[in-house]
Amino acid sequence: MTTKMFGAPIKRREDPRLVTGGGRYLDDLGHTAYEAAFVRSPHAHARIVDIDVTDALETPGLVGIWTHEDLDGPVGENLPLLIPHPALIAPATGFALAKDEVNHVGEAIVLVVAENRYAAEDAVARIRVDYDFLPVVVGLETARTAANLVHDHAPGNISAHLLQEVGDVETAMAGAPHRLSLDLAIERSACMPMEGKGVYARWDTDAEHLTLWSSTQTSTGVRAAVAARLGLPLAKVDCITPDVGGGFGVKIMHPWPEEVLIPWAARLLGHDVKWTEDRREHFISSAHERGQLQEVEVGFDDEGRVLALDVKFWHDNGAYTPYGIIVPIITATQLLGPYKPGAYRVEFWSMFTNTVLVTPYRGAGRPQGCFAMERTMDAIADYLGVDRAEVRSRNFILPEEMPYDHGLMFQDGRPLKYDSGDFPASLAKLKALVGWDDFAPYREQAASEGRRVGLGIGCYVEGTGVGPYEGAHVVIETSGRVNVATGLTTQGQGHQTAFAQIVADELGVPIETVHVTTGDTRRMAYAVGTFASRAAVMSGNAIALAARAAKAKALKIAADALEVSEDDLEIIDGVIGVKGLPEASMPIGTTAVLSNPLRYAFDEAAKAATQFAGTFDPDKPPVADDEEPGLEGKDFYSPTQATFANGMHAAIVETDPVTAEIKILRYCVIHDCGTMINPMIVEGQVHGGVAQGVGGALYERMVYDEFGQLLNASFMDFLIPYASEVPHVEADHLETPSPLNPLGIKGAGEAGCIPVSAVIASAIEDAEGFPITSMPISPGDLWELRQQHDRGELPSLRRTTAESAKEKS
Amino acid sequence: MKPAPFVHHAPRTLDEAVAVLAEVGHDGKVLAGGQSLIPMLSMRLAAPAHLVDINGVAGLDSLTVDGGYVRVGATVRHRGVERSEEGYAVLPLLRQALLNVAHPAIRNRGTTVGSIAHADAAGEMPSIAVLTDAVIEVRGPQGSREIAAGEFFTGPLETELAADELVTAVRFGRFAPGTRTGFVESARRSGDYAMAGVGVALTAAEGTVTAARASFVSVTDVPDVLDLTPVLAGASAGDIASRSDDLVTAVREHVAPEGDIHATADYRRMLAAELTRRLVAEVMSR
Ligand SMILES: Cc1cc2nc3c(=O)[nH]c(=O)nc-3n(C[C@H](O)[C@H](O)[C@H](O)COP(=O)(O)OP(=O)(O)OC[C@H]3O[C@@H](n4cnc5c(N)ncnc54)[C@H](O)[C@@H]3O)c2cc1C
Repeated sequence: MTTKMFGAPIKRREDPRLVTGGGRYLDDLGHTAYEAAFVRSPHAHARIVDIDVTDALETPGLVGIWTHEDLDGPVGENLPLLIPHPALIAPATGFALAKDEVNHVGEAIVLVVAENRYAAEDAVARIRVDYDFLPVVVGLETARTAANLVHDHAPGNISAHLLQEVGDVETAMAGAPHRLSLDLAIERSACMPMEGKGVYARWDTDAEHLTLWSSTQTSTGVRAAVAARLGLPLAKVDCITPDVGGGFGVKIMHPWPEEVLIPWAARLLGHDVKWTEDRREHFISSAHERGQLQEVEVGFDDEGRVLALDVKFWHDNGAYTPYGIIVPIITATQLLGPYKPGAYRVEFWSMFTNTVLVTPYRGAGRPQGCFAMERTMDAIADYLGVDRAEVRSRNFILPEEMPYDHGLMFQDGRPLKYDSGDFPASLAKLKALVGWDDFAPYREQAASEGRRVGLGIGCYVEGTGVGPYEGAHVVIETSGRVNVATGLTTQGQGHQTAFAQIVADELGVPIETVHVTTGDTRRMAYAVGTFASRAAVMSGNAIALAARAAKAKALKIAADALEVSEDDLEIIDGVIGVKGLPEASMPIGTTAVLSNPLRYAFDEAAKAATQFAGTFDPDKPPVADDEEPGLEGKDFYSPTQATFANGMHAAIVETDPVTAEIKILRYCVIHDCGTMINPMIVEGQVHGGVAQGVGGALYERMVYDEFGQLLNASFMDFLIPYASEVPHVEADHLETPSPLNPLGIKGAGEAGCIPVSAVIASAIEDAEGFPITSMPISPGDLWELRQQHDRGELPSLRRTTAESAKEKS
Repeated sequence: MKPAPFVHHAPRTLDEAVAVLAEVGHDGKVLAGGQSLIPMLSMRLAAPAHLVDINGVAGLDSLTVDGGYVRVGATVRHRGVERSEEGYAVLPLLRQALLNVAHPAIRNRGTTVGSIAHADAAGEMPSIAVLTDAVIEVRGPQGSREIAAGEFFTGPLETELAADELVTAVRFGRFAPGTRTGFVESARRSGDYAMAGVGVALTAAEGTVTAARASFVSVTDVPDVLDLTPVLAGASAGDIASRSDDLVTAVREHVAPEGDIHATADYRRMLAAELTRRLVAEVMSR
């Protein structure tokens, strides 16, 4: 028997190469290319009066300088709106190079190409731009006042307004025995992949062909966008994704200005051109996420069951909306988590500000939604004096209620309908893992030592594996080598391993013979991309289907050659054999030889296959009417709806009674992504997600001043947690397979980060005894809150008040 | 994030280095470990036309212990000082503080002398220099001179050093017999510049404090010494807690922090005082 690969925690095959410096990232390519740099706006809102490049023309090594006026045809038009939506009433997109006006610090104004990046930056430093300043809008509070506008066509600074309601919230709220309201806030953070963006373009003048490499999460999307902008036939553009040093969402946005401009310049110059984003550019010119203000009103009964949930929130979309309103839509729908409120109304306003644009970042609106819901659950528990886990379980959707339709529309325009999950079982596992019921004595023990500890919890459901489709092409060579191509990209997820595990099992071949190519439009022209925790679900299933097709063909050929029925055949370790008859067999590569009637004996496999060639029928064509030469399988997977993964996290934190420093003592995760292809990879994804979640909860914020200057645009001041700040993650799994796809998979990519801010807030609140309503939180913030609490400006939790009353009596 | 053009000078001797520096004057910068200078060049916050790279200059790379001091040459890396057993044996404070300077990768390149020449009030080693009454050895066109650490630092990132001078070594002074030291800081992330930090030297005879001094990181605009002898004299491990209030008050009055995006001035002041209180208790309990 071939060892079963699917489900095995095998080590990632790509890692030895990646961790020993064998990776080829964007900047490892194109050593002879010219390099680009940009004059980027130092002002958040201004009209461009004049651009003077005279002095820069003297720069040694300069190749060319271009401004918006130089951009011909579609290259100079507004960048596309990728995902329109009827609720997006005042969309806005920028230009590849700013035209007349800039709307955030970092917006590209002038493109400079030089012999190298040093010379390009020298020229940039010598270009003078004159501006007329316009009033700057920074922060949601300022945007809401609408005293000044980011765009004249967007009154109130509102780009989008959407209301969804299920049931009658007003009536349910009025009839609820108890009501609470919460004001919540989440600050901005960003994906911050280790490798920034980058584009390298090569124009072949003779062939009039563009080859483009981009550090992207969608090579097919970039290819189509660039072809359209440059007026090239799709057949004349290839887009290849090299190794990508992380994406986390920011690289699914496309086309970035640079993705249009670099190929454009390469064609114009007839010379390779490359642009590698530096860290400062990444901070001020790519994208951020997360910033929201939320108002929650909840009505509930004596048991803590939610009868009515009414949520309003304001979402900071930055200066432009090229990616539409996916993020706030996800917040609005995924906020519900594992719960079933009696009635639900959610209304949001997506707001323009003069800051860098906002596009999905791992979790994509879910961390904010989860924060709103979980803070609400804790508030209900505290109000009623009921255990926090108990209140959650009373609101759970039960396994027997699956599939559960919330009656809302999800991000993909399809019904928000959960396919699977066993929330009570997940909660039971989490409570056991963290020692939920033993926490009280632990807290008392700690208190007797002068220490403050708190326990927090957070639950979420994550729609994953959204469509519309993904495809795969499996080709078996005569040597037995299996080439697998799928069009979506890889930015560190371990696809070389997980996808190969699927193929190894489906075909019955050793994993060493399976080679996976991703993100190369020459190998798979139709694909969507790697985002929304979709790669394993979408490409994983497409690959399984394609492998099955290739296997069926191999068995058919082998059955003919061995003169047995296909049903009697099996493939073990790459050899097709007759069950129970070990001597009648042939390597799978031999069927590849037989599949092609053009049988030059170039290799041993071809020579060996001649024994099976048999006699041919002169009346039939060499390739039968319903056949193709070659041993291949190609298929697409296109689901009717998303799969819904879920998870529950708990943390124990300690806060220093004097300095308010915050330490995570334990971090526990129960994770359900359905059937796991490789549990080790899933755990790696969870660990990475938790690390980013910890960043969002305790460290990362984008500090803009009132003029729209980002004050911490470097890794010195934007505090991504180091390994030393990330707690050891204790993870356990529950596998409730998705009934929606052949492999039973649900997505796992984003899960880890979703509930972390909610969990840490819950734990700090538990340690401190007063509500935590805004994240992230630093020691300085917590210290400040303690003082507000001491001054009576911040109420105590009811359970704290009750406890101290008990102590006094 | 690429530096503006500059000329790279690689002198082999001290005389050569001084000569180049004299020639390029204000248009030149000494390059040691580059851990502060190179980021500034890359962000074009500084654009000197000449870099005088002292890494190849003979005779600057040794750490020696002589009766009264630990002498650290200009190209000795933080890591070299941190790991020197000889240095640790006579002045443990060096290692105690250096473990808080950035991360090993940066300590492998950054120099302790460069850190003192750079004079960042958020740097640990300027603070240690004043606490140990260090002597800064300087060489310029006029020859050599020595500057006491207490006089060397004149403001944030400003020192007594002239544009055509370089620091050849720093001599950290040893403490009186019976002195125990400690260093502690609190940073947002491990290895970051501290929100507040403090080093203390407590001298005791027969279990009671006879002298005590402290210096701070990130909460004073130039590193200086707070004499804690009046607050702590006569205290023993058993009754040190009774001095806490006075100690906290003394520190709060001494420091003059500024707020930034990581912590407010009030928070830093509280932190400096609390860290000092804990550190003194910890050192006394050893
Ligand atoms: C990520 C990061 C984190 C850091 N964290 C810390 C930290 O927590 N604490 C801390 O203290 N430091 C920290 N540093 C700075 C580090 O300690 C530097 O090494 C040190 O500040 C400067 O030493 P250097 O040898 O690298 O000097 P360089 O960068 O080469 O020079 C710095 C300045 O000093 C001048 N200079 C250097 N040597 C001499 C000399 N012999 N004579 C005259 N002038 C000279 C240079 O001209 C320049 O102006 C950090 C650096 C980085 C990159």
